[in-house]
Amino acid sequence: MRPDYSVLLLTTLIGAGQGLFVALFTVQLVALAGQLPSPDGHAFYAHGSLLALALLVGGLVASFFHLGRPERAWRSAAMWRTSWLSREVIVLPALMGAVLVFGVAHLVGFRPVVVTLPSGLAIDATLAFGTAGTLLAFALFLCTAMIYACLPFLREWATPLTVLNFTLLGSASGFTVAAAFAAFTAPGATRFLAGWAFVLTLLGAISRTASLVRNARLKPRSTPQTALGIKHPRIVQRSAGFLGGSFNTREFFHGRPASVLRTVKWTFLLLAFAVPLALLALGGPAGSGPVLAAAFLSQYAGLLAERWFFFAQASHPQNLYYQDVA
Amino acid sequence: MTQLALVIDLNVCVGCHACVTSCKEWNTSGSAGPLADTMPYGKDPSGAFFNRVQTFEVGEYPDTQTVHFPKSCLHCEDPPCVPVCPTGASYKRKEDGIVLVDYDKCIGCKYCSWACPYGAREVDPVRKVMTKCTLCVDRIYDRTRPEAERKPACVLACPTSARLFGDIHDPDSEVAQAIREQGGYALMPEWGTHPANHYLPRRRATSHIHDDELLRADNPLKVDGLLPRPPKSDPSLDDVMSW
Repeated sequence: MRPDYSVLLLTTLIGAGQGLFVALFTVQLVALAGQLPSPDGHAFYAHGSLLALALLVGGLVASFFHLGRPERAWRSAAMWRTSWLSREVIVLPALMGAVLVFGVAHLVGFRPVVVTLPSGLAIDATLAFGTAGTLLAFALFLCTAMIYACLPFLREWATPLTVLNFTLLGSASGFTVAAAFAAFTAPGATRFLAGWAFVLTLLGAISRTASLVRNARLKPRSTPQTALGIKHPRIVQRSAGFLGGSFNTREFFHGRPASVLRTVKWTFLLLAFAVPLALLALGGPAGSGPVLAAAFLSQYAGLLAERWFFFAQASHPQNLYYQDVA
Repeated sequence: MTQLALVIDLNVCVGCHACVTSCKEWNTSGSAGPLADTMPYGKDPSGAFFNRVQTFEVGEYPDTQTVHFPKSCLHCEDPPCVPVCPTGASYKRKEDGIVLVDYDKCIGCKYCSWACPYGAREVDPVRKVMTKCTLCVDRIYDRTRPEAERKPACVLACPTSARLFGDIHDPDSEVAQAIREQGGYALMPEWGTHPANHYLPRRRATSHIHDDELLRADNPLKVDGLLPRPPKSDPSLDDVMSW
């Protein structure tokens, strides 16, 4: 498949935004339990939510560049019963709403107690908004990943590992940016966030490697024989039926040699996993903002490469009808 | 339930592209607006087509067959492109099974083309919406046309009648009979899409001539042992004739 930069930006930006929001709310929960010093609501939660919202909005804006008729994008919420894309279109604004409300509640100090637990713990409004936002963030990971994982004949994508990867990689980048952000706004939480960013990045590296191993061993289920229905081991295309290009020769081919794919693969393994792991181990305990910011920048660039590879590696069965291009 | 479809006879198709050009002609001048091309006379022409004819070589020289392979939307009975559409622009008609795109609802996200294993959908480069074969839905129900012309443009254009059109669910229809009796098959059955369009396989024309068809076995003179003369085992003028 041809990697489209709008989709690469969309999935990586909203992944980081979702992860960042989950990280903010995790800090609030852990602080509530008394395991962390309570950060400044204004500087950490409100501005952090603003940052998460900016990432989500950036992704949404990028997604419009993928559409042929962006002015009709509002229609895409219609088919949520069957289409994961439609579900994503509903969940993304819902999450943005929850993040906004969560941030504003912290900004203005709107924290009325909603319910008091039997243990005497008071659940205030920000916790309710945060819980809703966290659930929506995970729902969005599911929707985004299932857009790809639900297509059975794109076999590189049709695996639960796709859902796991989107969730882990988004969360990892979100926790990394949260750690860098905390180094400037809530130093007490930096170590905690960097630790979890390290764990999530490590888990992401494991699951992404697992999908690389799986995909390298895939055997094609569709062949020229099933595509044409002719039983003969040697079928060679002599003509695609036209001399110029077409949608089919552009949309489904990345058009790069295998060496580029290999380079991109090692680049993303390095930038998205190895470098951030080292920088998190270095900057986390020291609470160094610039080092953690560098970890996020490296990881984000690595995830862009990872998403590029994710698309380029997927081989669409329609390419059997365009062997000359492949 | 009706399921309109094409049945394409690969044994008869000569790869002349008449179906491609007639399809383009009909669908670029139809009520849905032009089926656009970009730079049709330029260096790198491109454009949307509903139907393409591709050519494959099967086998190793000298034992090869050239297979011309017309390819358009197969109007799957379980179309994977329909449920993925976020707007409902892509749909399958209940009454006749045609898979269509509502060009006014399509947002051009291309997701349906990813979900089609056959690559049957193409984005119109000017209208920026997804397009595909409609089985000439604006023609086959047109009561102002004589009955014989209420068929897809490609079917009418085919000079060798390689394209049949009809309801594959009606066992008495021409297409259902052709599928049944001539080994009609579906493409990529492994994905469970149940394509409505079927293909009829190549058939090699062979005939067996037996000895008794060359010699008149019931010649009464043979009863008397007078013929064949000379006997088949003896040399004759041309090594063949014996009567």
